[in-house]
Amino acid sequence: MIPGKSIDPRSFAIEDRLAGVSRIVGVSGSKGGVGRSIISSTLALALADQGKRVGLFDLDFTSPSDHVVLGVERGFPDEEFGIDPHFVHGIHMVSVAFFTGDTAVPLRGDAATNALLELLAITRWGDLDVLVLDMPPGLGDTNLDVIQLLPRLEFLLIGNGSKVVIDSVRRGLDLLTELDVPMIGLLENMHRGDERAVESLALAAGVPFLGSVPYDRDLEDALGDVDRLRASAVYSAVGDVLPA
Amino acid sequence: MHELALADSVLKAALSAADDAGMDRIDRIVVKIGELQQIERELFEFSLTTVLPAMDDRLAGVQFDLSEELVRFECRSCGTDYGRDDAGIEGDGDQDEAIHFIPELSHAFARCPSCGSPDFEIRAGRGITLERIEGSSEDDPG
Repeated sequence: MIPGKSIDPRSFAIEDRLAGVSRIVGVSGSKGGVGRSIISSTLALALADQGKRVGLFDLDFTSPSDHVVLGVERGFPDEEFGIDPHFVHGIHMVSVAFFTGDTAVPLRGDAATNALLELLAITRWGDLDVLVLDMPPGLGDTNLDVIQLLPRLEFLLIGNGSKVVIDSVRRGLDLLTELDVPMIGLLENMHRGDERAVESLALAAGVPFLGSVPYDRDLEDALGDVDRLRASAVYSAVGDVLPA
Repeated sequence: MHELALADSVLKAALSAADDAGMDRIDRIVVKIGELQQIERELFEFSLTTVLPAMDDRLAGVQFDLSEELVRFECRSCGTDYGRDDAGIEGDGDQDEAIHFIPELSHAFARCPSCGSPDFEIRAGRGITLERIEGSSEDDPG
């Protein structure tokens, strides 16, 4: 080590902590409000229902909501040789909301990086077929940190037909291509009518189009209730978006 | 006891640093423990000295030098420098427990004693850092 320069040891443990995880899927949308948390949570639920061993890590530290989607109560994780994710609805789940409840967590970029490093270094995910990461919106600190820290990460991008979303997703796709990040594909959410902008964008960018989740005006009532979530159009649409 | 996971990360970092330095044996590992995380020092030290050294022969006989560093917050709003006792964090409860797991969650609970802002920088005493390793190589002149 460089004389006089201390080392943050946490990043050295990450590879071991994730050694039993077969796939790491980052669900991302360049723009806020495209439904990342609902897609992430429902994807994890659908995969768990298929018998897969699934983890769900809510990386939106300042505004976590996967626990709201899945109706999971706050509670500290068990602590033994690290922390064990909560196991709910067949999903191994970590969220800062389990630690802070309803309290707001204002984090600047360096603090978010530290929180990410801490959780990656101490969480024992065990053996999983898929770990779903609910990425925060945009391509800021946490997204870049995850790309750097988790070289096995694959991105699943979410978009919708709005012009502002299409423009943002296009820029996100360009950057991820430049960074050589593996991409599972682009999934359209809140599809209406004969809208084809997301499909066209995927085609133009040369990434797989994973299909469309129809706009569901009743979805709001299903949030927090996994049985109703299982009956939703989102659940039906996301169950097979991950190619083997 | 996630102290074991933290101790494990220290030793992994030390072994990596030994690789970089071409050391065949690590004699001393110097670690700083930040006050904010409130780790159980006995558990951490037990993990370092008793549980984990068997992970690698280069750690046989290693000594540990642990020191503690007090936390210092600096308010980004008014510039006040303050410590944990002045931050308004509730001790022995959920707030303490949350910060123990993730020190950055202090941003949810701590406030500047001068202006009340939650926007601060943790300038010192956050968590665990590896300060230095000492060791030797078989190639070293005796």
